[in-house]
Amino acid sequence: MTEIIKRNKALSVSPLKASQTIGAALAFLGFRRAIPMLHGSQGCTAFGKVFFVRHFREPIPLQTTAMDQVTTVMGSEESVVEGLKTIAEKNQPMLLGVPTTGLSETQGSDVRMALKMFRDKYPQFDTIPVVPVTTPDYTGCLESGFAKAVEAIIKTTVPAAGEANTAPGRRHRQVNVLVGASLTPGDLEELKEIIESFGLRPVVIPDLSDSLDGHLGEDEFSPLTIGGTEVSEMLTLGDAKATLVVGKSLQKAADALQQLTGVPDYRFDHLMGLQAMDSFIDSLHRISEEPVPAKLERQRAQLQDAMLDSHFMLGMARFALATDPDHLVALSQILAGVGAETVAAVAPINSPSLQLVASEKVKIGDLEDLEKMAKAGGAEILITNSHGTESAERLGIPLLRAGFPQYDFLGGYQKTWIGYRGSRQTLFDLANLMLTLEKGEISPYRSIYAQKTDFREVTDEHNSTATTRGLHH
Amino acid sequence: MKQKDIAALLDEPACAHNKKSKSGCAKPKPGATAGGCAFDGAQIALLPIADVAHIVHGSIACAGSSWDNRGTRSSGSRLFRVGMTTDLTEQDVIMGRGEKRLFHAIKQAVDNYKPAAVFVYNTCVPALIGDDVEAVCRAAEERWGTPVVPVDAAGFYGTKNLGNRIAGESMVKHVCGSREPDPLPEEAVREGIKVHDVSLIGEYNIAGELWHVLPLLDELGLRVLCTLSGDARFREVQTMHRSSVNMMVCSKAMINVARKLQEAFGTPWFEGSFYGVRDVSQALRDFARVIDDEDLSQRTEALISREETRIDQLLEPWREKLRGRKVLLYTGGVKSWSVIAALQDLGMEVVATGTKKSTEEDKARIKELMGQDAVMLEEGNPRALINIVHEKNVDVLIAGGRNMYTALKARIPFLDINQEREFGYAGYQGMVELARQLVLTIESPVWPQVRTPAPWVVGPSTAESTSDQEVVA
Repeated sequence: MTEIIKRNKALSVSPLKASQTIGAALAFLGFRRAIPMLHGSQGCTAFGKVFFVRHFREPIPLQTTAMDQVTTVMGSEESVVEGLKTIAEKNQPMLLGVPTTGLSETQGSDVRMALKMFRDKYPQFDTIPVVPVTTPDYTGCLESGFAKAVEAIIKTTVPAAGEANTAPGRRHRQVNVLVGASLTPGDLEELKEIIESFGLRPVVIPDLSDSLDGHLGEDEFSPLTIGGTEVSEMLTLGDAKATLVVGKSLQKAADALQQLTGVPDYRFDHLMGLQAMDSFIDSLHRISEEPVPAKLERQRAQLQDAMLDSHFMLGMARFALATDPDHLVALSQILAGVGAETVAAVAPINSPSLQLVASEKVKIGDLEDLEKMAKAGGAEILITNSHGTESAERLGIPLLRAGFPQYDFLGGYQKTWIGYRGSRQTLFDLANLMLTLEKGEISPYRSIYAQKTDFREVTDEHNSTATTRGLHH
Repeated sequence: MKQKDIAALLDEPACAHNKKSKSGCAKPKPGATAGGCAFDGAQIALLPIADVAHIVHGSIACAGSSWDNRGTRSSGSRLFRVGMTTDLTEQDVIMGRGEKRLFHAIKQAVDNYKPAAVFVYNTCVPALIGDDVEAVCRAAEERWGTPVVPVDAAGFYGTKNLGNRIAGESMVKHVCGSREPDPLPEEAVREGIKVHDVSLIGEYNIAGELWHVLPLLDELGLRVLCTLSGDARFREVQTMHRSSVNMMVCSKAMINVARKLQEAFGTPWFEGSFYGVRDVSQALRDFARVIDDEDLSQRTEALISREETRIDQLLEPWREKLRGRKVLLYTGGVKSWSVIAALQDLGMEVVATGTKKSTEEDKARIKELMGQDAVMLEEGNPRALINIVHEKNVDVLIAGGRNMYTALKARIPFLDINQEREFGYAGYQGMVELARQLVLTIESPVWPQVRTPAPWVVGPSTAESTSDQEVVA
């Protein structure tokens, strides 16, 4: 049983949390020709845009209802209607998302009513699905906002089996894949490749690997997303053979899809490490009724070998992790799988999935909490987003960037953590970081009688105590 | 080198191998030989002398794949980590330009790196084409004013062990006795403590482990004039002839040095080891015994009792995890019995040990420690090691790095005990690290994971579908 330590201080210092609102926006960015319009003040969007632009190093389509003093006091539904009309008219999107913000929710803005007004007033845009989603930033975090948006998109765009006459298994090679916010575009590419190797056709929802994978497209400019899941595909989900769900945060979204379509689903907490992948591959084997491809068998054996090679460095190594709940579960479990310990685990919000974190306790908090726990636990490597650089420096330990945002680092969005291959690379990366610590290094001793004339003073303290510290936790 | 010089080196009266005709330094068998050549042995023996420019005179294979490849540490100069070779070309060989190139190479090393001395290692090709390395060294020393020491150790002269002796021989012949020791530093003089000069032969400061021992010697007033060759300086090697006692540490590799120093300067020597609590204490007692200083003996006993109590407490928590675990030890020579004692101190059971390089005397000590039925492995081919691991239910294999991947491929926990390792196990403190590393690998969660077949091969549980059961049957 993992102990959850609730937030117990007034001031959040070096926050770990990114808002639900932008989490929802990110989910919309995984659909083709889509654009999220945040219902809030301009800043809500502007900050979110910068956040993603720096992380993905891509233009990010993001709009705003630009609430001002008047709309904030007098009602903002008109702004939503106007915003939807403007975007629909100008850009003909295939999907319009309307995540709400702390401002619009506190105001009590009724987005559903606004949407009805929009439909009544502009029937010419009836074919464009508009998905409102309630994502105030005073609750949840990026991961939960993402999950809420996925759920809302499913509820809006997927027809019930009875209505649309879909039947599970009619498309006997199709699998629906619901993926959470912790998977990078690089992860999704790997995931699709694995599924395809069983002769299955994955429909990934949402598919950031097709929109924000950082590719140079033909068009010079697009106000909408340049790739992602086709919204029209959502009509076919009910015909799929199975649904795969990656991430506990997607429980409700998965429930919704299951209720609508009756397609059987297979749920996975994450896809990092041998055990997680074994159960995933085994499911694909059952769903496809195909043998496991030799290539995957080989990758599995390669991962096992990497686990052996790296356990010398990672065994008893002490890690400090701070990221969203699903991601925290994944990272802590792959570490536990090679005998490493998570001595500090911080999540921005509480969530049922935190019970799965392979650590004695999880703190709901910020990077200041992480830093304190890391220090107390004698952490040797920090894993969190780019904001962890300062903490890592103060702690004098290396940082492995993971999660959002990674603004001081290229290609973070493309790193593959999952699958046998990604897990193997993750272990190598971590073991290599451990090697740079020169762990177990004994600090040079100069004899009082030495005839040596060239003693080199060693300043890094953490080396000298490494050998005696093994049992302290 | 002349055949008769090689024969003289091979005939080592102080070596116990000499006493039994069958077990001496065995001739390598084509097609079934592992281990290095004479050059390898010579380079390995001397490379830790830190402020020397080590020039390998030969074509690239000798230095190219072996430089900076050792776990030895220096407390000052890092010159020994700079790889230097004459990298002979075809033209050099055909036209006989090797000597000239060497001469200039020495100049370059002296000009650019200001080494305390230059060691020139002769290798097969120049030995074969008849380069007069000694003459070049003499000429270069005169011309450039820096000591230049030839180490004539072409690979075809013999085994690695012979190379060790050649290296030792070069030191005794060219370096030892060329300088008097520094006067004792004033600040090191302590009331009532008489300082005795000693040297350690065959201690390589792997992973800095010598620094676990040196503070103890300092405390007792034993000045280490030189360690041959871990963390040594050229100027220290020069003074070795003034030791009042030499300790042959844990290896017979440079036994000729101890014997020749005894012949030339009357220095007594003893064999000992710094691995394991009992052996460290024994080594300290032996110093006092040979030096025959009553006061030193008393202080030594006090130190031993203090350190043993301290380490005993530190080891207790690890012992709980290690008690009753079975070990297969595969190392050469003296290390076998030394490490057996260390492992028994931890409550472990050594089920078998390698004795390929052990003398009859070593074997007797092994029997003393392990009982008359001790399994001794003369031939340690990987298959044989693995078989014993399975037969005896061994928990961990302790061997040299080259056997590591054999063990891992066979899914057997492993501890590296040879020169490439990253952790120091010597001294009292080193035992804690040894225990920690043992627990780390033995208790690692990777073992069950790499031993379990994929779920689709056997089915994850007995409750699986019948089709799976049929597959198993």
